[in-house]
Amino acid sequence: MPELHSAEGTSKKPVPANETGPTNQTEPGAVPAAPRYVITAENLTKTYGDVTAVDGISFSVPAGESFGLLGPNGAGKSTTMKMIGGVSQRTSGNLTIMGLDPEQNGPEVRAHLGVVPQQDNLDEELKVRDNLLVYGRYFGLPMSYLKPKADELLEFAQLTDKAKSKVDALSGGMKRRLTIARSLINEPRILLLDEPTTGLDPQARHILWDRLFRLKEQGVTLILTTHYMDEAEQLCDRLIVVDKGRIMAEGSPAALIRDYSTREVLELRFGSERNASIGAELGGIGERLETLPDRVLIYTHDGEAALEEVSARGLRPLTSLVRRSSLEDVFLRLTGRSLVD
Amino acid sequence: MTVLTQGHAVTEEARNRRFGPLYSRNARAVIGRGLMATKSSNWLVMLSGFFEPVLFLISMGVGMGAVVGSVTGPGGQEISYAAYIAPALLAVSAMNGAVYDSTWNVFFKMNFARLYQGMLYTSLGPLDVAIGEIFLALLRGLLYATGFTAVMGLMGLITTPWALLMIPASVLIAFGFASFGMGITSFMKTFQQMDWVNFIMLPMFLFSATFYPLSVYPEYIQWLIQAMPLWHGVELLRQISAAAFTPATAIHIGYYLVMIVLGLMLTTGRLRSLFLK
Repeated sequence: MPELHSAEGTSKKPVPANETGPTNQTEPGAVPAAPRYVITAENLTKTYGDVTAVDGISFSVPAGESFGLLGPNGAGKSTTMKMIGGVSQRTSGNLTIMGLDPEQNGPEVRAHLGVVPQQDNLDEELKVRDNLLVYGRYFGLPMSYLKPKADELLEFAQLTDKAKSKVDALSGGMKRRLTIARSLINEPRILLLDEPTTGLDPQARHILWDRLFRLKEQGVTLILTTHYMDEAEQLCDRLIVVDKGRIMAEGSPAALIRDYSTREVLELRFGSERNASIGAELGGIGERLETLPDRVLIYTHDGEAALEEVSARGLRPLTSLVRRSSLEDVFLRLTGRSLVD
Repeated sequence: MTVLTQGHAVTEEARNRRFGPLYSRNARAVIGRGLMATKSSNWLVMLSGFFEPVLFLISMGVGMGAVVGSVTGPGGQEISYAAYIAPALLAVSAMNGAVYDSTWNVFFKMNFARLYQGMLYTSLGPLDVAIGEIFLALLRGLLYATGFTAVMGLMGLITTPWALLMIPASVLIAFGFASFGMGITSFMKTFQQMDWVNFIMLPMFLFSATFYPLSVYPEYIQWLIQAMPLWHGVELLRQISAAAFTPATAIHIGYYLVMIVLGLMLTTGRLRSLFLK
């Protein structure tokens, strides 16, 4: 596999020809006066007319971390991503990316950013490899750097044999991989991924996860929004759960599960007529009981013991399942089960 | 509380800086992209844009010309009807091309192809994109004007070397419309609103002394037509085609220079509304 960020000394670091500002004096491979946090948001707020999309959120992301924003549709995740990229203006609050304000220093900030938007916006009028070259030109990078880099990235995205294809001939997974390859053309220190695997089949998702994990190993800071909990558990060191523009919880996936759920969950089905009424008879089992239309969930540190207790009370569920608690339990507890949009 | 207030102040300050965050002096990357896209997929569209005025010239100039006969040209001399309308058609084509490129094309790339969305997540700023797109529109206008002037030459409608000046003059006309068009597009949200553009363009095309002299109108209509940009373009090219320069020539050129300045002011002032939401 080609190294994306080659070792110091041998790496040809892109130096955008027209870049100005404090990050300009970048030595190859070195991080200039590395701020401890590459992203700091304080009371970040965005309103569209009467609608508050992001309502005073604060978070910091240290270099090299894989940081997730989780939330239902309309929670403000994409808006936050846009503000980080400097393509949406915040209404109030502070935001610094690598020590710079993305609104004042948009071009300089984005020189260090790779962006994978929610919907692919590949250049349909250009061929696959040209998409990478032209995108690199937008950063002011020279062709002598871009040509070998584009080939390297095509290999990374497993698209080498599609180099001369038209973009609209690619499958959904291939387009996504090309979008990710494109986002890496400027060797970004921060990669913003807005729902990177939505709409992909399981094979394509797993390939993507593998590629993202490699980037993380190479020290790229990943900022990821998703509403796939398994994806968040796979990829994120730390995450915030956002709902209605506010942060509901923050921590590592394991810590969130520990704090907001139990170790295990016992799922019981008694049939849709009885589920609602059975609650009273299950009282006292486990730490918390949740009655859903189709099943009853018992949150407990020991699922098997809870199941034995249920049997001991003479209750006979149609089906029972003991499973580990997941981020999905945390998410649903924090953001509720009703549909949001 | 203090943090929030401070943040607001910094944000306000950033907004008051005009071009710092909006421009990275790299419009050539946008131009390079446009040329590459034209090479690989858009050249057929370009070809159709060239033929439109030529077809008009053949049908109206040659066809109608057979009925109309000769008319009085800008210098008072008798010229063929085709020679009379050819410069006007060139002005119309410069207007149409520039307006299309700066309105529909920008609107589509903004909202549907999401091309600018991708560009703006790079080092490019909105001003780079605007300059690049306007430059491409003018380059296209230059090619069309050159082609059309060549066709005029082949049809024997060019009688003076001064007529070659119609080519740069067409670019001037295109610049006037393109600089305004992009600013106007920033106010557009839906396809229905975009249709208003056509609603304004079509009457301007038909009534700006394109096919017959202004003198057929009552005086108050004449004033209205003379306030419109296309009439100045038509008159400018018509004067150049016959090398019949008058003080009015300077007024026509001045009209476009003012239009370009005002259009660029509008467009740059609306860049955030156009590209950053």
